[in-house]
Amino acid sequence: MTTDTLALNTRDDIKLSNAQIAWRAAQDIADGAYVNLGIGFPEMVARYQPPGRQAVFHTENGVLDFGEPPAAGEEDWDLINAGKKAVTLKPGAAFFHHADSFAMVRGGHLDVAILGAYQVAENGDLANWRVGSKGVPAVGGAMDLVHGAKQVFVITEHVTKDGKPKLVDTCTFPLTGVGCITRVYTSHAVIDIADGRFVVREKLAAMSLEELQAMTGAPLHVNGTITDLVVPTL
Amino acid sequence: MDKTVRSLADAVCEIDDGAVVMIGGFGGSGAPIELIHALIDKRPTGLTVINNNAGNGRIGIAAMIDAGMVAKMICSFPRSSDPRAFTDRYLAGKIELELVPQGTLAERIRAGGAGIPAFYTPTAYGTELAEGKPIAEFDGRHYVQERWLKADFALVKAELGDSHGNLTYRKAGRNFNPLMCMAARRTFAQVSRIVEPGMIDPEQVITPGIFVNGVVEVTAPAQEEELIRAGRFYEGGIYAEGANA
Repeated sequence: MTTDTLALNTRDDIKLSNAQIAWRAAQDIADGAYVNLGIGFPEMVARYQPPGRQAVFHTENGVLDFGEPPAAGEEDWDLINAGKKAVTLKPGAAFFHHADSFAMVRGGHLDVAILGAYQVAENGDLANWRVGSKGVPAVGGAMDLVHGAKQVFVITEHVTKDGKPKLVDTCTFPLTGVGCITRVYTSHAVIDIADGRFVVREKLAAMSLEELQAMTGAPLHVNGTITDLVVPTL
Repeated sequence: MDKTVRSLADAVCEIDDGAVVMIGGFGGSGAPIELIHALIDKRPTGLTVINNNAGNGRIGIAAMIDAGMVAKMICSFPRSSDPRAFTDRYLAGKIELELVPQGTLAERIRAGGAGIPAFYTPTAYGTELAEGKPIAEFDGRHYVQERWLKADFALVKAELGDSHGNLTYRKAGRNFNPLMCMAARRTFAQVSRIVEPGMIDPEQVITPGIFVNGVVEVTAPAQEEELIRAGRFYEGGIYAEGANA
């Protein structure tokens, strides 16, 4: 960004909660899909699977089809997810070693990966692993996850806490992957990345496209109709 | 043939200063805590340690780092609920870090064990973690050349083991352990139970004994996560608690 966009109205008054962003992303996961949810906020997507659909969740450390956390005191610390949280197994679960786990990732076997973001660029570049050169760098599986899943979604606030765009023309933070993101679910809109452009699919009815553009650091495009982004109260 | 080893001390006795040591586990899951603590008792220095993480709290790999034994970590995620041991030394310039994406770390270890000196992966292309590495285009996409990882020793945790070195694992505790068994010159496994050859159904063997040099029984292994939650730390051959934790 060449200009400071801080002064723009970021429509904090109407934004979706994290739970609502997660709910919206969950609606696009098909029954039987193999899905990896990133650590933290993306894990919330698992709570909002539509009735009648069952996704199979993958975790990098070698489990397919894990389920809810166990009750307190029932944890088995050999049975954890990538966030090092205790999980349980669903019937039909499988264990495997780390090379097989990442063969599932890179080999194109996952249907969906959902990640958080510091920045997403209009060409699909993602920055989500560090914001600068200070501190201890840690990457985990993020750079692997962005390659191979058939669809790579980001869920995120539309702007940073101090009102700067997270959807940008070029990422300024260190990249996680190049041209890897296919769709972004934000606090205000659902936006596809197609042919190096942001294409608006849904937006909150209470805001105009101009207002959405003012919160976005790269041009928004329209291809067909923009539908209202409607989510339940959660 | 009998690969059983009588004691933890015997299992780590060959590991000397400057060795490259792979240590299995993902966080505390599948982490060979007792073997690590036996290595702390022996206290070799200048080690390069390969693990997904870089220790947690004041036990396991964190206790090795606290003891000044580790010169370099090769890992994907040097953070944890209590990463102080690594963080302090790293920020003070006292420990080297080679940060490797998790899937690349796994595949480099697998390649090391499989005799594949290098491979191409899409992971990290266009990022700072690919800087200086050869890039090639295959079918219109760019890939990064990564090299195998091998080690002098691997210390792993398994569930069942027999005198041939055949191993099974427990739940998600498998993680990096089978890969590391393959990639080290000498591999030692702590197992919860040593059984007679034939007692592990050959259909269920996860790591065939050819990859394992020694098996030592630790019947009720400690769990890193539980030790950390209990505020325990490992120092001077004992589990201490409280004051310093």
